[in-house]
Amino acid sequence: MALPKHTELHYRIWHYFYLTICGAVFFFLIAPLFVIFPLSFNAEEFLSFSDGMKRLDPDAFSLRWYKDMIYGTKNPWGLAAKNSFIIAIFATIGSVILGTVAALGLSSRHMPYKGIIMAVLISPMIVPLIISGVAIFFFMAKAGLAATHTGIVLAHIILGTPFVVITVTATLSGFDHSVTRAAASLGSNPVNTFMKITLPLILPGVISGGLFAFVTSFDEVVVVLFLAGLENTTIPIQMWTGLREQLSPTILAVATCLIILSTLILVTAELLRRRSERLRGINR
Amino acid sequence: MSSETKQILTTDGIPLEVSLKKAERRNKIKAFLLVAPLLFFLIITYVFPIGDMLMRSVDDKMVTEMLPKTFKAMETWDGKELPEEEVFEAFYLDFRKLVDEKREGKLSTQLNYTKNGFKSIIKKLRRKSKSFEEGNYKEQIMAVHKRWADVEYWKAIKRRAPAFTGQKYLKGMDMYKNENGDIVSVEEDRRIHRILWLRTLEIAFFVTLFCFLMAYPIAHLLATLPMKYSNLLMICVLLPFWTSLLVRTASWMILLQQQGVVNDFFVGIGLVADDARPEMMYNKTGTYVAMTQILLPFMVLPLYSVMKTISPSLMRAGKSLGGTPIVAFWKVYFPLTIPGIGAGCLLCFILAIGYYITPALVGGASGTLISNQIAFHMKSTLDWSFASAMGLMLLSGVLVIYWIYNKIVGIDNIKLG
Repeated sequence: MALPKHTELHYRIWHYFYLTICGAVFFFLIAPLFVIFPLSFNAEEFLSFSDGMKRLDPDAFSLRWYKDMIYGTKNPWGLAAKNSFIIAIFATIGSVILGTVAALGLSSRHMPYKGIIMAVLISPMIVPLIISGVAIFFFMAKAGLAATHTGIVLAHIILGTPFVVITVTATLSGFDHSVTRAAASLGSNPVNTFMKITLPLILPGVISGGLFAFVTSFDEVVVVLFLAGLENTTIPIQMWTGLREQLSPTILAVATCLIILSTLILVTAELLRRRSERLRGINR
Repeated sequence: MSSETKQILTTDGIPLEVSLKKAERRNKIKAFLLVAPLLFFLIITYVFPIGDMLMRSVDDKMVTEMLPKTFKAMETWDGKELPEEEVFEAFYLDFRKLVDEKREGKLSTQLNYTKNGFKSIIKKLRRKSKSFEEGNYKEQIMAVHKRWADVEYWKAIKRRAPAFTGQKYLKGMDMYKNENGDIVSVEEDRRIHRILWLRTLEIAFFVTLFCFLMAYPIAHLLATLPMKYSNLLMICVLLPFWTSLLVRTASWMILLQQQGVVNDFFVGIGLVADDARPEMMYNKTGTYVAMTQILLPFMVLPLYSVMKTISPSLMRAGKSLGGTPIVAFWKVYFPLTIPGIGAGCLLCFILAIGYYITPALVGGASGTLISNQIAFHMKSTLDWSFASAMGLMLLSGVLVIYWIYNKIVGIDNIKLG
């Protein structure tokens, strides 16, 4: 944002002041994440930069905490990671199927009571998690699903579907329904039309909704805290316990891995969003 | 329209109007059938359980399940004089059963909430009741301790009887029904819940305000910069958005500790003395800082998507018509961004008011919110009906904001990423 040469001095000052503020806010947003990186390689057991680290002394850095994360005795991260992935994958599949089908119905112009139904479908995203947690716990306890993987997967499907519904409805809003009519007029049945015509076109929206559902499940701790037993421990639960009891650098190693994972997800989501906009002919 | 229009028939000989209506109805059913699986799934697993919370909040199942016979016998008791023998007998039978199942401790905790002094007399009753003889339980129970002969304690038990009461809601507002049935506030120094409600509102309000003040300039920058720069900067907003909440909270715990990075920095530049490091965590400051950073993307994204649609020529027009940049901004640009401000602020406020994880980790005692109190009652005191009542009070507040949000922004206009 170069300023034109004729800009007066006080506008110049104001402009740089504005840029400084923006820079500070961006720093506030992103810097906390980058503190975790170097500290997770700390050779010592402190959670602040040691003198050696400030001097960039190679001996002050080590992979000690990563080794502890993977090989550490009686450490729960392996089981937690396995559970987290299993639960998140099944919750994502469930959310994507239920959410996409519902979004197809919702974006039909014949849908009755659209407003109120949409409000119900989105509500798990709006209602405070603690309340969802209490309600879902009451249900799962009655259904005998507390402390089971099934119960947690169902809970995460509840929490994940709003994201799928929102992203897929957004994708469908730019969808040209004449192509499905064309397919129908050429003798294709509705299922075939959906698989061959509609799905490929809305796929970016479906996948990015799925990513949201995956992250929601993978990061969810409030509801799981109510539902999980010892066997169902997940990464967020382990982090929660670790952060409450004792901040150990091993948590930072795990956190670093999670940041890398979220970076990968962010890149995928961004690429998909651009592709979807291109497909729908939105040029911004 | 002319009423003499000839009725148009389809090839089957059915009037067109009827045929169209039929097709319309079929389409409606088709659309509804697509939504039905998710809708019914949510109604069963989510909407009904919230209704269940409502039932629990007005009907205290904790105690009624433990003393079913007693409450049945108490139905005919007027609650003025000491109850008759049958109540004592029913209470004895319920109590024996609880002792056999080793649940009498729970009963004493629960009754102690209603009236102080139950704990010791229930312990005593457990010891003595083993050698009770059959018949005349009234005498035997009253002999255990003089409080068992005090009608006030029996009234306290009756107050937990299965009646649809709002007493849990009153408790959530630090009020209670006294012996005469008047609703009064508890003593000044025991009004913990009112403090919590006010603090929750205060923190949610200020976090929303801080988010707005920080998000507005950067959303503007993102919307006006050329694409290649703004895409890069957008990552700074989106990466925290996609990163685990616990990771972000952990990083704030590292930064804000007394021996943490921020304090080290302050000491390093000589802002504070090494032995006078300020406490920035386990209090309100920690909650404010961490929550603002965590909710900031939820404010930036709606603002950005609105600002993106505002043509830069509008500001230029304002300036060319003689307005200073400030006037042009205030009269032209700002009013156009109000929909984005409304969306962002409402979203932030809704999220902040129900926050649980971050305040629990960095808030300490003075920075926790109403959600933390709900979790405390769910897990520690096991007073689920009270937790439900408080949860529903919070929920009704959130639903009002949700309704406003829906009116102003429309839920179908929520944008993600």
